[in-house]
Amino acid sequence: MKHPIIALKHIDNLWFQVTGTLCNIACAHCFNGSGPGVKTFGFLTIDRVRDELETAISVGLKAIFFTGGEPFLHPQLLEMLRLSLDAAPTTVLTNGTLITDRTADELAKMERGTRYSLEIRVSLDGYTEERNDAIRGRGVFCRALDATRRLSQRGILPLVTVVRTWSEEEELTTLAGFVRTLRQAGYSKPRIKILPSLPLGRELTRAQARVASAHSAVASLAREQENQQDASLARPADAIPDESLLTEEMLVGFDLDLLMCSNSRLVTDRGVWVCPLLVEMPDARLGDRLRTAVPHYELRHVACTSCYHYGTICGNVSAQIEGPADATTAPDFSPARFKPSVLSG
Amino acid sequence: MTRLALFGGIYSNYHALEVALADIERRRVQAVYCLGDLGAFGPYPDRVYPLLRAARVGCLQGNYDNSLAGGLTDCQCGYTDPRDNHFARLSYAYTFTHTSEENKAWLRTLPQNFRLEIEGRRLLLCHGSPRKINEFLWESTSPDQFLAYLLDEADADVACVTHTGIKWHRKLPDGRHFVNVGVLGRPENDGTTAVWYTLLSVGHEDLNVEFVPVEYDFQALARDMARERLPEEFIETISTGWWTTCLEVLPHKERARGRF
Ligand code: SF4
Ligand code: SF4
Ligand SMILES: [Fe+2]
Repeated sequence: MKHPIIALKHIDNLWFQVTGTLCNIACAHCFNGSGPGVKTFGFLTIDRVRDELETAISVGLKAIFFTGGEPFLHPQLLEMLRLSLDAAPTTVLTNGTLITDRTADELAKMERGTRYSLEIRVSLDGYTEERNDAIRGRGVFCRALDATRRLSQRGILPLVTVVRTWSEEEELTTLAGFVRTLRQAGYSKPRIKILPSLPLGRELTRAQARVASAHSAVASLAREQENQQDASLARPADAIPDESLLTEEMLVGFDLDLLMCSNSRLVTDRGVWVCPLLVEMPDARLGDRLRTAVPHYELRHVACTSCYHYGTICGNVSAQIEGPADATTAPDFSPARFKPSVLSG
Repeated sequence: MTRLALFGGIYSNYHALEVALADIERRRVQAVYCLGDLGAFGPYPDRVYPLLRAARVGCLQGNYDNSLAGGLTDCQCGYTDPRDNHFARLSYAYTFTHTSEENKAWLRTLPQNFRLEIEGRRLLLCHGSPRKINEFLWESTSPDQFLAYLLDEADADVACVTHTGIKWHRKLPDGRHFVNVGVLGRPENDGTTAVWYTLLSVGHEDLNVEFVPVEYDFQALARDMARERLPEEFIETISTGWWTTCLEVLPHKERARGRF
């Protein structure tokens, strides 16, 4: 079967897998199988980061992300963040366990010195120690909460990210649970972002079931929206296939900006990947360097179907609709071309 | 020197719109533009239309207008937070049912951007960003090279946008300009009740951006909103100047400045 090929529109987002797959903990759901001693991918050097930043800046980079593994395991992370914040808003995805008072001091100093936003994303999986640590390991809950308090005391409001593992009915109570827990821990103005659960990495085995249920959810959404006048803003009802991989028809009228591969790239020590979600797929490696990487990719993985149904999990952006076409006809009283006519006085 | 008045995000705040238009009238500008989002959030959405017509304001379609015009089921703000979604749904449902068919039909005719050429400068007016009607361009997440890229792609020397609700202006190292003109609909999360519009003076040599605060009768607006049973949270925002909803879209710097 031929799958759709997606072209890179523009590098809005540049991701650095700065510590490869090395992490100090091993979460049950980790999407790239990171953990202690996992060296599938290694550390990036600061020279490599600088070099790729230059390339991306020269074409109009919008945002920078540092991920791993656990980014704070890198001895030069703070130095890299300084470089990065000079150029663009920067996000670090961390488990929070390594953010000491000293590190928090440094981050706060950096944040005050830049005009761009620094986002520290701390992952949690439950608002109780029991639930969180069952997934993320013993002691992680308390250490992550400590990090949120340390940061917030210094004026940094970390974005606590949580993968959705509850039903829609439980959404509001779960959210309230997180707010309560964070406030109790000393983070008074908590920011929380809920991410859809994606069938990746250690979760891939459950992929088929998830995708099947996603299909039925989308099918009902599409039915709801059948009467919409602008079909391009809805996913067409007849575009839901029986199998779990993407087809070209599914992408007709679909906003490709929802897929990270149209606007992002991931730099690893082993080359440039199409997106952070597919680092385990050798075919998703596009080249050695950004400058020379292939600018398109065939969407042939189950993960691509997840992206299609749930949208991007990682960027700070949300769903967006297609942009403006130039004004061709002007409404009655709106000048489409500027004519200096006196409106007042 | 050519002077333009620019604003966006009226969000049905006809009280502020009236005051802003009267102020603009005194300032001898050559044209007035609204960069979209006429309805949302506030009461009696139909009341802003006659004011805009009478003042001959050139209007663009915002994401909210695009939704109303197309009969879409949501405002396309793209919230993922359940609480934000709840309020977004409430205000969209209210605005949708209280906007007349005639006004919806008119929204359908609005363009999504204006291109002007003034004193040799190419200006682009749009709602979210030059490439997307609902892309948020915040000051703290719009780096220089990215703005330069947007201007290159749009063949423009100056771009004016709104949509986020918080104004800013950046002169790029290459001399081009990017302006977020702010909104008239609600205060900008700074603890004051003023809302803002922008005066843009375009000369041959230079370009000047002045942000003008609009003090209006927010208590009258609050009374309207209460009468229409709009959420307490919205009334709190216009009465205190602090955002209480839609907080999730704020980047770190903008969020850290607010109370919530
Ligand atoms: S903290 Fe992140 S990188 Fe480390 S194991 Fe957990 S999910 Fe994977
Ligand atoms: S996993 Fe998602 S972002 Fe990555 S290539 Fe597939 S569709 Fe694109
Ligand atoms: Fe908008």
